[in-house]
Amino acid sequence: MNLLLAIATFGVLVSISLMLLRALLGPTLYDRVLAVNSFSTKTLLLLGMLGFVMGRPAFLDIALLYALINFVSTIAILKFFRYRSFQVSMARGPVASQGEER
Amino acid sequence: MNKGGAFFGVGYLLGLFVALVAFWLAMSGLMKPLLLSLGAVSVAITLFLAMRLDVVDKESAPYLRWPVFIGYWFWLMGEIIKANWRVIRACLRADLDINPALVKVKTRCKSDLAKTTFANSITLTPGTVTLSVEGDKLLVHALYEQDAEPGAFDDMDRRTAAAAEGAPA
Amino acid sequence: MEIWEAFLANFHAWRPWAGALLCVLGAVLVVIGTVGVVRFPDFYTRMHAASVTDTSGATSLLLGMGLMSPDLVTVFKLAAIWVFLFLTGPTATHAIANAAHVAGMQPVTGARARGDVGEREGD
Repeated sequence: MNLLLAIATFGVLVSISLMLLRALLGPTLYDRVLAVNSFSTKTLLLLGMLGFVMGRPAFLDIALLYALINFVSTIAILKFFRYRSFQVSMARGPVASQGEER
Repeated sequence: MNKGGAFFGVGYLLGLFVALVAFWLAMSGLMKPLLLSLGAVSVAITLFLAMRLDVVDKESAPYLRWPVFIGYWFWLMGEIIKANWRVIRACLRADLDINPALVKVKTRCKSDLAKTTFANSITLTPGTVTLSVEGDKLLVHALYEQDAEPGAFDDMDRRTAAAAEGAPA
Repeated sequence: MEIWEAFLANFHAWRPWAGALLCVLGAVLVVIGTVGVVRFPDFYTRMHAASVTDTSGATSLLLGMGLMSPDLVTVFKLAAIWVFLFLTGPTATHAIANAAHVAGMQPVTGARARGDVGEREGD
């Protein structure tokens, strides 16, 4: 069983490295943001797996926090690159025209 | 906050309070006084922030619709598994046979909750992603054109409207 | 019926093995999704491959961990992670896609996506 767990952990690690490759290569900003977002999802899964490999399921608390921080940071990065500032209110309405053409 | 009157506002706040307390207890599982007081402080801060954000209302906490949503959830899981299989095959094929397309989908959903559920269901199903929502039209990007031909989202649209708005299925 | 009862009686014996196998399956799905992200020609198609990881890969990994978990608190934490992933995953994907769309990025559509002319150089 430990072997199976090690294989699964290794698979997640390999896919994290591949996703890092996409984040480095990605031609546009959005490829990179997508890669970082996916990277964080896999990191969270890896944290959970490591908790079980090491026999310390308390790692899941960190994974839970990671899931929340991942979402908030993705939204924050996208907001920053659309408005070039964190101080803009994200109210409804035709805000698309404010977006910088990239 | 008080879209459904003061009574419902308090009711939803109470529901949020119960949910937060249950979440804290299930997460920590320890009954020491120090941890319990820390939990009380966290719950109070979260309630204050939710009130200040003005997000506690009928739309953000549709408690009464849970049974319908759970039924919809199971149907959606089946759809996700089917769509997953298609995208996995596309990823593993030696030659790329993808045929991406941009389509406009008209929805019958009226409320924001129903529209959000519909758009999120489309995004959650691998192979289709909602790019933008304007009025009752959704701009959808699909990995295979035949996944997004007219009428492909009709079933999901009908079920979402039934689950979130109570329209006849 | 007897077979079923024996099956249930040995629940704690086969539970970790089933969990480990599900974890391996989840890891394979995660790798497949990542291969798609690396292979596909443009941003919008890569998004679809990434959502395979977020849905089926994460689900079977978390389900496998749930089968291996020693107590109920752990199962609850895994369920909470799963719910968060399924609520925030599509929202984040939609946010990225919408940002790219608003910024005027055009998707490569039709058969062009398969050819070598498909790669759109970024700015």
